Amino acid sequence: MRRYLARKILIYALTFFVAVSINWLIPRLMPGDPIRTMLSRGASGDEASMERMRAYYEQTFGLDEPAWQQYLNFWTSLARGDLGISVWLFPQPVTEILLSAVPYTLALLLPATLLSWVAGNRFGAFAARSKWLDNTLLPLGYVLTATPYMWLGILLAWGLGIVAGWFPTAGPYGFGSIPGWNWPFISDLVSHWFLPFASLFLVAFGGWAIGMRNMIIYELEAEYSTYLEALGAPRRLVRRYAFRNAVLPQLTGLAVQLGTIVAGALLTEIVFAYPGLGNLILEALNNRDFFLLQGAFLFIVVGVLIANFIVDVIYVVVDPRTRTQMQGSAA
Amino acid sequence: MSLDVNDLAVYYRTLRGDVRALDGVSFSLADGEIMGLAGESGSGKSTLGKSLIRMDARMRHVAGTVRLDGAELPVADDARMVPFRFHQVSLVPQYAMSALNPTRRIGRMVRELVRSRGVDYAGVHPELLRRLELVGLDEQVLRRYPIELSGGMKQRVVMVVSTLLNPSLLIADEVTSALDVSTQRAVAEALAGFRDRGFVKSMVFVTHDLALVHQIADTIMVMYAGRPAEKASSRTIIEAPRHPYTRMLISSLPEVGVTFAGKRLQGIPGRPPGLLDPPPGCRFRDRCPLAFDKCAEQPPFAEVAPGHWAACWKAE
Repeated sequence: MRRYLARKILIYALTFFVAVSINWLIPRLMPGDPIRTMLSRGASGDEASMERMRAYYEQTFGLDEPAWQQYLNFWTSLARGDLGISVWLFPQPVTEILLSAVPYTLALLLPATLLSWVAGNRFGAFAARSKWLDNTLLPLGYVLTATPYMWLGILLAWGLGIVAGWFPTAGPYGFGSIPGWNWPFISDLVSHWFLPFASLFLVAFGGWAIGMRNMIIYELEAEYSTYLEALGAPRRLVRRYAFRNAVLPQLTGLAVQLGTIVAGALLTEIVFAYPGLGNLILEALNNRDFFLLQGAFLFIVVGVLIANFIVDVIYVVVDPRTRTQMQGSAA
Repeated sequence: MSLDVNDLAVYYRTLRGDVRALDGVSFSLADGEIMGLAGESGSGKSTLGKSLIRMDARMRHVAGTVRLDGAELPVADDARMVPFRFHQVSLVPQYAMSALNPTRRIGRMVRELVRSRGVDYAGVHPELLRRLELVGLDEQVLRRYPIELSGGMKQRVVMVVSTLLNPSLLIADEVTSALDVSTQRAVAEALAGFRDRGFVKSMVFVTHDLALVHQIADTIMVMYAGRPAEKASSRTIIEAPRHPYTRMLISSLPEVGVTFAGKRLQGIPGRPPGLLDPPPGCRFRDRCPLAFDKCAEQPPFAEVAPGHWAACWKAE
């Protein structure tokens, strides 16, 4: 187990290094010049003062140095937890901006993904045993998964937000609210949170349910199930075994999903004007904000790696077959 | 009589119609009898084995009754069969290698299975250990996952688990097919040993390997195209078969110690009839060298000598 973990950690460290390097590189390959964007904000006709401003900004952001030096600087400041200064929200530090956005993204995505996974698996397993459900609700699941996300999001915002008027459709909380640990603010927060959450939940739920339904049918026809049935084991026991084994591939799916979660929420956050990482990425792109983009991607990379690592560890616990692979067979 | 099967007919439902996999099978099994059930693929031997414990969704019981120890075995009714399974009738499946749940430790799986059948596990645990030891496995296997065992070990675990509640009838379905020759015989003998020790009362040993089955079986029933062709003691089937199919089947097997320098082994020309819409009369007629006019009529599976049944007009 220790050797397995050590190997895994090494692989994750390597992945981290490569991903962060690429992450540093990509914004610099993008067309457009962030300094010029900044200069245009304070544009004046004076050539000499423009030149001085350019030199000042380039020095501030470290863009006057050669690329390899920039790359090294990037790693050293990363080690200090410094991700640079935002171009778009100059002069706020990137770390600060990101940290204010991350709670929103996590509060939205973690519950949506985990709850839809649990509920989708339960429902898929349940639907597989009922012909009626299989014929009515699963097609609905197919429709849900196939729906373009922004369309569903807009539909929800229009239906539940504007027509029914139950939920607000934009922002993290109302304009009139003052952030604080008091009941009115928290309920306001939750009501703003609900629609983006529900839209994410619905789309993912359909996918998980379909996957589980197919997996469980496969497991129920597996030979260990047939054997138990031949020995008269009650349906409940057979189902329990089948469910447990059918969940394993779903777990892998969850790891992948948890990784892409941040990117996936981009649309949600735009549709519902939710101030999470997805929104930041969009703004950073629009404003050629290298540092903010790097920082946001860094969070995504770290998120993917952590999620995968956790699932790797869970997998070892729940599936004995992965354990024998690292220990060798006893027979 | 331990098992009494009377005129059993089981069809497979397909889109093109019923496949008559079992079409009027009658035989009985004495207490303590091991019956080898032989025949080629498609002869209905596996269907017969399955029919006695659990029919799958495509199988349809058409006619016939089964009695086990004097009580009727409701083979056609899946729900009513449940109380009999494991307790009265048990199965060692063909797929013993994959019959155990891969993500449960074997001991836990057995415990959950036994409890789910309303049996106190603590009561059978010592017996389980004793029987595992009997087949050469130690207590350790209960703490292992199936993937940690070799194929032969899994096979033995399944044999012990299936017979743990001392069923009256054990169906061993092609248990040796997936094993290599050196372990085949050990497995067959272990099963015969289970009978000798009274773990099971009688046994149906489904196989296509006559050479193996005649070593452990008391009687052999040969099936052809969904019907029994001949049933007699193992010796009689091998040495003095009466049904022309059995004779040709035996003569197509190689014999130990005999060299076939000048003579090629004889196969049986032709192929079995399709069972979707089988021709009337004896189903072996088209391939039979002895066929005559009367074979257009189906011969009864009649006792031609004490303990020797054959379905052939010329068997007397």
